[in-house]
Amino acid sequence: MATVSVCQYHRGGFSFENCKRNALLEADINKLGFSSPAARKTGTTICGVVYKDGVVLGADTRATEGMVVADKNCSKIHYISPNVYCCGAGTAADTEMTTQIISSNLELHSLSTGRLPRVATANRMLKQMLFRYQGYIGAALVLGGVDCTGPHLYSIYPHGSTDKLPYVTMGSGSLAAMAVFEDRYRPNMEEEEAKRLVRDAIAAGIFNDLGSGSNIDLCVITKGKVDYLRPHDVANKKGVREDKIYGRPVTGNYRYKHGTTGVLAKTVTPLNLEVVEENVQTMDTS
Amino acid sequence: MCFVQNTRGLRSQLKDSVPVTGLCPQAGPYGVQDSLRRGFSSVKNELLPSHPLELSEKNFQLNQDKMNFNTLRNIQGLHAPLKLQMEYRAARQIQRLPFLPSSNLALDTLRGTDDTIGFEDILNDPVLSEVMGDPHIMTEYKLGVL
Repeated sequence: MATVSVCQYHRGGFSFENCKRNALLEADINKLGFSSPAARKTGTTICGVVYKDGVVLGADTRATEGMVVADKNCSKIHYISPNVYCCGAGTAADTEMTTQIISSNLELHSLSTGRLPRVATANRMLKQMLFRYQGYIGAALVLGGVDCTGPHLYSIYPHGSTDKLPYVTMGSGSLAAMAVFEDRYRPNMEEEEAKRLVRDAIAAGIFNDLGSGSNIDLCVITKGKVDYLRPHDVANKKGVREDKIYGRPVTGNYRYKHGTTGVLAKTVTPLNLEVVEENVQTMDTS
Repeated sequence: MCFVQNTRGLRSQLKDSVPVTGLCPQAGPYGVQDSLRRGFSSVKNELLPSHPLELSEKNFQLNQDKMNFNTLRNIQGLHAPLKLQMEYRAARQIQRLPFLPSSNLALDTLRGTDDTIGFEDILNDPVLSEVMGDPHIMTEYKLGVL
């Protein structure tokens, strides 16, 4: 009876009840010298490029949690609609939920209009949502797709600003990837050249940035067709343990070979045993 | 969450100030803090929101509606928002008993949120809440007896 919330019906959405308590706990923990657990981020390299017939999106596949790799092969290219895909950098949960919500909303919208959704619609929905939460949703996205007006590529920042450009990079490895783009991008490339360019840009991010690593995923979107290449390129191969004698991969065989220990003498003593009593007990398998 | 937001209507709101509701001291019938019903008060808790987004989220739907009505008034004249607000009022009254969940279908259809999904549908869904409000207290509060 001592709270107002008892009298009014409970509403959905974000609940800020525990914010003060969390702030107090954080202050206490910091005073003791420890640090609270960090959210899982995708310190990432994501990029996209517009070529002659469509859009190529690329991403690495490492998810970090502080200084530890949390996921060696996570998928950062999210589905928004059959002709629109979105790469996400920043807090992993935020990018997942944001893209899923926008994907659902876009599906409902396209059912209600009866048309294939446009990339600009997805862009506007994303930027309005991210601005509403003033950057507290840490999702930096590269949105690309092909609709009735042609191929489009947008980059969306966590605070809600967007840029419409022919080539974009986001994430902690964005500078390395942008260096490759600035050197080799030219308008109206062919598909193979565009895929090679994106692959090299992501590889630059993987090899020069600690937050990016593992494989390179590509997504090629053209009018009416989407190629989701996962993995397109395994840039960082993990070593395979091999057994020296047989030459095929064996996981940790620690047995010694026959003849390692020399045999000096051998005596065989047979034991004469006779059966005294035999007792059979059936198992109750009912 | 309304996916079509009225961002240009903001300019018409510059002169009016947005009321800060919900964080004022919980004044009871006699103007002072009603300790029995609202609990102890603390100046720090009342003055500042616990999170920068708390205020803006609490008033988000209200502000959106305000802005939309303002734009509608500028485009179509005063009659349009008046008629719509009358319909909103009627739809808002279609509720069940105070402690029972209501689908708010008419209100959602009027607002256009019946074909959008936002955080209020995913997080903290009142249908899935583990606790229920006390029926007696809630009806008394609604009838004004409390």
